[in-house]
Amino acid sequence: MSFLRASSPHAHGRIDTRSVMRTVILATLPGLAALTYFFGPGSLLNIMLALLFCLAAEAAILALRKRPLSFYLQDYSAAVTAVLLGLALPPYCPWWVVAVASLSAIVLAKQLYGGMGYNPFNPAMVGYVVVLISFPLQMSQWPAPLPLAEQLPSISAALQHVFTGEGLDAYTSATALDIVKQNNSQLMSQVYADNALLRTGALAGAGWEWVNLGFLMGGLYLLYKKVFTWHAPVSMLAALSLCALLGYDAGSSQSGGSLTLHLFSGATMLGAFFIVTDPVSSTVSTRGRLIFGAAIGALVYIIRVLGNYPDAIAFAVLLMNFAAPFIDYYTVPRSYGHDKARRATEKQEP
Amino acid sequence: MSQLIYPLRGGVHPPENKQQSLQTKLQHSAIPAELILPLSQHIGAPAEAIVNIGDKVLRGQMIAEPNGPFSAAVHASSSGEVIAIEPRPIPHSSGLWGDCIVIRCDGEDRWVPRTETENPYALETDELLNRVRQSGIAGMGGAGFPTAVKLRPPATSPIDTLIINGTECEPYITADDVLMQQRSDDIIRGCALLAHMLGEPDNILIGVEDNKPEAIAALEHSLAHLDASEVPGIDHIKVVSFPTKYPSGGEKQLIQILTGKEVPSGGLPAHIGIVLQNVGTTVAIWEAIRYGKPLTERITTVVGESLKQQGNTLVRIGTPSAFVLKQFGFDEDRCARLIAGGPMMGFSLPDINAPLVKTSNCLLAPSHQEMPDPEPAQACIRCGHCAEACPASLLPQQLYWYAQAKDHDRLQAHNLMDCIECGACAYVCPSSIPLVQYYRASKGEIRQAAIDKEKSDRSRQRFEFRQKRIEAAEAEKEAKRLARKKAAEAAKAKAAAKPAPGSAPADPVAAAMARVQAQQDDPAEQLAKLERAFNNASNRAKSAEEKWQQAETDEQKAKLEARFKQAQVRMKDAETKLAEFKQSQNSSSLAVDSDDPIERAKAKAQQRLSMSPLEKARNTLNSLQERLKKAQQKAAEADEDKKGAMNAAVDKLTQKISDLKQEITDLQATAPGPGNESPVDPDSIEDPIERAKAKAMQRLSMSPTEKLQSSLKSLESRLNKSEEKLASADADQRPALETAVAKLQEKIATVKQEIREAEPSDNSPAASASEPQVVAAVEDAASAAIAKAKEKAAAQASMSPEEKRQAQVESLKQRIDKAQQRLDNAMAENNDNIDAFKLGLEKLQNKLAELEAE
Repeated sequence: MSFLRASSPHAHGRIDTRSVMRTVILATLPGLAALTYFFGPGSLLNIMLALLFCLAAEAAILALRKRPLSFYLQDYSAAVTAVLLGLALPPYCPWWVVAVASLSAIVLAKQLYGGMGYNPFNPAMVGYVVVLISFPLQMSQWPAPLPLAEQLPSISAALQHVFTGEGLDAYTSATALDIVKQNNSQLMSQVYADNALLRTGALAGAGWEWVNLGFLMGGLYLLYKKVFTWHAPVSMLAALSLCALLGYDAGSSQSGGSLTLHLFSGATMLGAFFIVTDPVSSTVSTRGRLIFGAAIGALVYIIRVLGNYPDAIAFAVLLMNFAAPFIDYYTVPRSYGHDKARRATEKQEP
Repeated sequence: MSQLIYPLRGGVHPPENKQQSLQTKLQHSAIPAELILPLSQHIGAPAEAIVNIGDKVLRGQMIAEPNGPFSAAVHASSSGEVIAIEPRPIPHSSGLWGDCIVIRCDGEDRWVPRTETENPYALETDELLNRVRQSGIAGMGGAGFPTAVKLRPPATSPIDTLIINGTECEPYITADDVLMQQRSDDIIRGCALLAHMLGEPDNILIGVEDNKPEAIAALEHSLAHLDASEVPGIDHIKVVSFPTKYPSGGEKQLIQILTGKEVPSGGLPAHIGIVLQNVGTTVAIWEAIRYGKPLTERITTVVGESLKQQGNTLVRIGTPSAFVLKQFGFDEDRCARLIAGGPMMGFSLPDINAPLVKTSNCLLAPSHQEMPDPEPAQACIRCGHCAEACPASLLPQQLYWYAQAKDHDRLQAHNLMDCIECGACAYVCPSSIPLVQYYRASKGEIRQAAIDKEKSDRSRQRFEFRQKRIEAAEAEKEAKRLARKKAAEAAKAKAAAKPAPGSAPADPVAAAMARVQAQQDDPAEQLAKLERAFNNASNRAKSAEEKWQQAETDEQKAKLEARFKQAQVRMKDAETKLAEFKQSQNSSSLAVDSDDPIERAKAKAQQRLSMSPLEKARNTLNSLQERLKKAQQKAAEADEDKKGAMNAAVDKLTQKISDLKQEITDLQATAPGPGNESPVDPDSIEDPIERAKAKAMQRLSMSPTEKLQSSLKSLESRLNKSEEKLASADADQRPALETAVAKLQEKIATVKQEIREAEPSDNSPAASASEPQVVAAVEDAASAAIAKAKEKAAAQASMSPEEKRQAQVESLKQRIDKAQQRLDNAMAENNDNIDAFKLGLEKLQNKLAELEAE
């Protein structure tokens, strides 16, 4: 009788890709809860739609590529992309915006490059940037958070608005980052005093700070579960903080915004813990991840303050995705038995 | 326990599963009906069987001897009869079969006579090493590195640390644990003995993971109660425990944990002064030296849910796995896979009948629930868990990426070759990618590629060399063809001028003679040739010496030493030849400048005598020109009043030189003399070879009388000229010229006399038929050579092997001498075949060295 001939190791650890992905989805819940609490069911709708389009697109392409559907759909990678995309898009944005973003993410950014594990760019961010550039009007319409809004839209009104473009009136308001960016005549203290959004918040604007705290919580949970290491998110937040401190200039009219504004506003925490940590499109070594994260943090600040867009996580991440293989070449760690680290571009043993 | 522990980077914590096999006591396995003893149970060259089928063997009898230094002996594990020496399934990761000696046991289990040693610590290191080697001990932790090799570290790296490895970090395995519990005294004794063999290193550490408290306690107890008088150096031995983590027991990892040092990539622990041995090996060494027992048994863990009973057993090496499994109630249907070794680094057994060998520390027979079939691999999401787990700080996901792309350069840049295949990366991989398999395959590909590259480089060189050789041969043929054509034309012309059959020389002979003549004529070339020969010889001697000093084994050393001495002798020969030649050159030139006027005159006379008139004239011309130069210099430097005299002298010299030049041209015109039947003037031929040939032909075609007559003619013409000069000369020149005339007249007289004497013999047919004689001589030589070869063959046929070898050596030596000569000639001619000759010569020398070493 012949037994199974397998290569060592014969034992295997208990974690698998599926459970990693499930944990990531689970970790988005605090942030999602905060979004829903302050902005209404818009983000939930986004996620539902994105899940629908992403899974459909994934299935269609897998069928075209003649891959086993259930095996690949069960890895939850498309679901993670959909959830992150749904969280990033403005609540109550039209259904076709979600559709374009989802298809771009799954088809363009992921499957055309060979599917999971082979995409050089973060799919959710590609999808987000495609619609951000294509539909700037729809993408800049963020609803007002709870204390400012009289009441949150009902589900039916939300559905009507998402699918027909009508049903919600005058619900949009500028985000905290928008307000600071568009200011160029007032002192920071005046800006904070004049704007209800900033005035109401303790850290960085009503609602926004809670959303960011939610994602920070989820991120800490993932760190605790050892889904990723601390290097990239911490270095990203550190670089962003450093830039914010240097650029604050005591709150003049030309100020880049305070430290708390940059840390707890916009998509900072979502980016730091759910986007920057995407392993596929980031660097592989510890040193590499420190550089990768820090560069993203610096780029986020630069684009936020000097660029045309109020927020910059997506652009910064995509730019650094380009650089990741290059960073990898120069950050190979020193291996056992070697005096110093080698560069991956070396051809032969020196 | 004050020993400092350094952290291990990476690593994983797989379920230990060690309790299953620790529930029962150590069993003693029965002796099977048949023992299967593979010849290769270790890393390195397989042992060589020294028994035949049908031989009766006793337990502990060596049945296969080590083949070379990097090998280990094999001993019969029980008494019985050798019934087969054939390929059988063996426990090897390749799954291939290997040669085995099969013994049918007689059940009596009789030992060979053994010699016990009361105090092994009193023995010399060499004796101890030899006994270890004779006992067939190879690393019992799993790698099977021949122990004797490890215990003889290079002299350049003194050992300061001895580590005994009792880590046993693999899950399931408890063989070393049980051994440490039961044989702790012998481990300490063996450890002290190893320290003795390694020159008493400062640190002696026994490393044990902290999940084996009983083993640690047993070792501590032995350390405490064993007496220093019985075990010398016991005070230096320390038991060190450290946190359990896989793969702490890897050689490099344990060294890092206990010393904080890292074994350099591609190096050995000995390079940083560390030797590491497994506890099982340590006990085996103690048994072998104290009790004279070679390695014939070991403790193996038999474990897995497909067995009714799990535990450790002391089993004879060579026992078929099936036999052992049966004793533990093996249920084949429940067994998912059969693994030799642990779950992390063990390999699937190809066959249930594969025997247990020296490295078999575990036989793992898990159930399907225990070890389900591997999941299909998913795509790598580059999560980096593997990089965190890697104890060698590699980037497994990058390695996987490049392994798929077969990018060997990048793989090597990412230090693939430093992967110890511990399996930690594949263990943690959430995508169930069989990473280690990829690395193993890539390592194999890289090694193969390196071998292939070397092969193709060599064959390319061979091809290029062959092309060159063919081209050279073609060119030579072409040159010969042209020469033959010219010679034929010349012969035709000659025949037309004066039909003289048989006087035309055989072309190759003439060419050869011309070459030799040309060489001998030019001392500078000869000197260069000798210098080249000497340089070559000294270079060869140098490289031989280097090789000899780098040689590792004694056999190699002897061979290389012989080669080196030979080279030295040859170098000295070349040197003496060169010195002789230089001396002779010096003496001829020195003699001319010599202080003693008589000596000088003599030397000059001698030189003159050996010179042809043309050469003499040229010689004189040279010396005159030199004198002229000097005179001109002096004139330039001289005072006004002396200048006149000086200028006159210069003028005179110039006059003389022009006269001499005239004379030389005359001589050149008449040089061929009366024998000048050739229509071609040798000096007018452009090609130097052709010229030499023509000259040789001329000379050959001259009879002695003719030669003499030609010189007579030239002498007469010179006399005439001298007389003319004398008539027109100044008063002060006159005496010199007069003596010259007298000399010439005298010479003419002697030459005439010679001619008279030569004439009678000249008429004999033998003299004029000198050319056919040469041809005949060549033919004779050829036939003689053939006869000699025949004789040799006949003689060899009747020789004993010893004599034959001797004769072969003799003939080889002769051939080498000839080859050397040929090479020297080739070098002198700057021939294209130099490389070929060199190669041939080296081959012959190698052959000779091999023959002599036999």
